[in-house]
Amino acid sequence: MTSYGGPLPEITPESRPFWEGCRRHELLLQRCRACGTLQHYPRGVCARCWGTALDWVPSAGRGTVYTFTVVHRSQTPGFKERVPYVLAYVQLAEGVQVLTNLVGCDPAAVTVDMPVQVAFEDVSGEVSLPCFTPAGPDRTA
Amino acid sequence: MTARSAVIAGVHEFPERKTARSILEIQAISARAALDDAGLTPRDVDGFFTAGSGGIGPLPTLDYLTLTPRYVDGTTIGGSSFVAHVHHAAAAIAEGRCRVALVTYGSTARSQGIAVGTRGRAAGEYVDQFEAIYGTSTVALYALVAQRHMHIYGTTGRQLAAIAVACRRHAGLNPFALYRDPITVDDVVASPMIASPLHLLDCCVITDGGGAVVVVHPEIARDLAKPPVRILGAAEAVAHTAAGQRDYLVSAAAQTGPRAFGEAGIARDAIDLAMIYDSFTITVLVTLEDLGFCEKGEGGPFVEHGRLELGGALPMNTDGGGLSSNHPGMRGIFLIVEAVRQLRSEAGPRQVPDCRLALVHGTGGALGARHSGATLVLARD
Repeated sequence: MTSYGGPLPEITPESRPFWEGCRRHELLLQRCRACGTLQHYPRGVCARCWGTALDWVPSAGRGTVYTFTVVHRSQTPGFKERVPYVLAYVQLAEGVQVLTNLVGCDPAAVTVDMPVQVAFEDVSGEVSLPCFTPAGPDRTA
Repeated sequence: MTARSAVIAGVHEFPERKTARSILEIQAISARAALDDAGLTPRDVDGFFTAGSGGIGPLPTLDYLTLTPRYVDGTTIGGSSFVAHVHHAAAAIAEGRCRVALVTYGSTARSQGIAVGTRGRAAGEYVDQFEAIYGTSTVALYALVAQRHMHIYGTTGRQLAAIAVACRRHAGLNPFALYRDPITVDDVVASPMIASPLHLLDCCVITDGGGAVVVVHPEIARDLAKPPVRILGAAEAVAHTAAGQRDYLVSAAAQTGPRAFGEAGIARDAIDLAMIYDSFTITVLVTLEDLGFCEKGEGGPFVEHGRLELGGALPMNTDGGGLSSNHPGMRGIFLIVEAVRQLRSEAGPRQVPDCRLALVHGTGGALGARHSGATLVLARD
């Protein structure tokens, strides 16, 4: 367990499978059975066709930094103590963007397009937050 | 054409930057002053528009002002709300749904100690569980766009700083502006980093404030004391996270620009004054690109060398903008007020010579997540 003191996700029935995946250290995306659209953040309908038949599909958890910011001032409890921290969009190899924190690296060394991989921060007995770290060798390639 | 069926007859900007007045008092004082400006009275108002007063949309303000309009609109899409209200008022007047539309705004963000930019973004929305958990703030979500713009197009912090420098120079000519002492590009890039690459002086100020705008049927305007300001074009749009498939370098202005300019039937280079929402310097740069004042990616060089300053090719935010004059949280109404002052030649030492056409663009929400854009093309009669 880490010392994360930030806002915890308010898990709802429609997002529960996503957070259960995170608890298993698995990053789940959703794919629409009707139109094939892959999406994140998870929701009860396909973002494109609004169909309700969705499959949860595991992401390989690898991608690149789409953009980032090193936050030096924050008023959010749990984050104001952490500054500077890195907020980023990661472009997953599967093709969708995920808002996240980059951890386990010097904020000053982060660059756009940097390869990253998912990691999970166990912040409570029930919640693990997906975050990203600089990528190691890709064993799936 | 819908937008041409209405004109702006009165405006007021509440002058205080820190006040003991309440949100409702600010609106009432501003509403009365804007109606006085138009030569109208509270009894003439039959359409009402506001956002951000707390409570159930416009109801607290209507109750306080004892207004009973036949058309009510509480559209709340962030700082651009009031620009959208003028769009909606013009449409309602064209439809015969009202004749005298009053738009009001009041905020005591500074007195309440609300640090708008750096506070957490959790708003009790479903999406908080995927965003607020990472320490999001308004400034951080705009910084995400700035960082990528720099990476893709080579935009520099010094180029962004030119926008803040222009606003501060104009604020020096506005006796009501919060900060009036000149700053340089060096000052901006040397100011403390808030969320890279945005420094403190890339961020808007936090003030109290408010204002009001009166939009009327052209037949009413004929009998009023001051020349009306015509609405040649109006448009609004949103851009969002797009379920993870978004180009964050393209803002809602890319949708509203072609529609508003198309409706107005004028070219970009005919614009004498640009009132561009400047929550952050990057907001202005991306908006100018997306409205078509320059090509996508060329915003950095475009804003340099005084182009946006009085005397330059495209004077912008002549009141000092949110970056130096005032920003109570949603400043879209001030874009309209200053544009009207300029088009009426009432701007004193900061007057744009022979100002005939003004462009207003409000941005609400966060460029790096969900935001709205609302555009008006305004003309001197």
